[in-house]
Amino acid sequence: MNYLFAAYAATWMIHIAYLGWLARRYALLRRESDELNKR
Amino acid sequence: MKYAFTIFAVLTALLLSYGLYQALVVAPTEQTMGDVQRIFYYHVPSAWTAFCLFFVNLVASIWYMVRRNLKADALALASAEVGVVFCTVVLVTGPLWARPVWGIWWTWDLRLTLTLVLWLIYVAYLILRKFSTSGQTPVIAAVLAIFGAVDVPLVYFSIWFFRTQHPQPVIGGGGSIDPRMLHAFFINLIAFSCFGALVCWSRYRFEIARRDVEERQALESLMEAGGAR
Repeated sequence: MNYLFAAYAATWMIHIAYLGWLARRYALLRRESDELNKR
Repeated sequence: MKYAFTIFAVLTALLLSYGLYQALVVAPTEQTMGDVQRIFYYHVPSAWTAFCLFFVNLVASIWYMVRRNLKADALALASAEVGVVFCTVVLVTGPLWARPVWGIWWTWDLRLTLTLVLWLIYVAYLILRKFSTSGQTPVIAAVLAIFGAVDVPLVYFSIWFFRTQHPQPVIGGGGSIDPRMLHAFFINLIAFSCFGALVCWSRYRFEIARRDVEERQALESLMEAGGAR
């Protein structure tokens, strides 16, 4: 049972980590885009 | 387009929740392996989604090589990156399933080794895209992707043509499966496919936006340099 929960938890941890990384890059890009628009 | 994305995201979240419920509650416990067999409902759909994304990468790479279309190049990069994420899930859930069933975390079996090689090929592809500064990077990456994609059918058919430790395919392999297991499997297959498409779509939009910002920054630098003269 522990292996089952470890596998399911690992799956979602990998996906959440990737989505979090993508969201952070999105936020940085938006900031850069806003700075360009201000100039 | 924004509404389509939101609706698709909500539907995917519902499908994933329903899939999780089917996998953990509705599907019966397998007689030999017990509850650990339920890893199957995440392991196989993740592998399927990774294969589909690598196929998208192949098509986009060929499209780029033929037409030099920058959107195809962005799609190739997005699908490879998301494919690597799903392939990582396969390589993590596999050993977690193998340990209680086979008694070992890993064996240099043909399918396992080829899956690891597949992951390494696409990680190499992403490293090339990230660190190469050559103007020819998209072309080199597309060639690598086209050759790398050859490993996908090798991984898939390895258990059909060679004797391996990895189990034979449940569907299409001649065995029988409980209809509730089959239902849980297909729900998760659809849910993971939708999730993969959704994340790839997001990553593609990000790549297009990133290239646009980079282009504007380069233009701005040129204008500043021109003004300074």
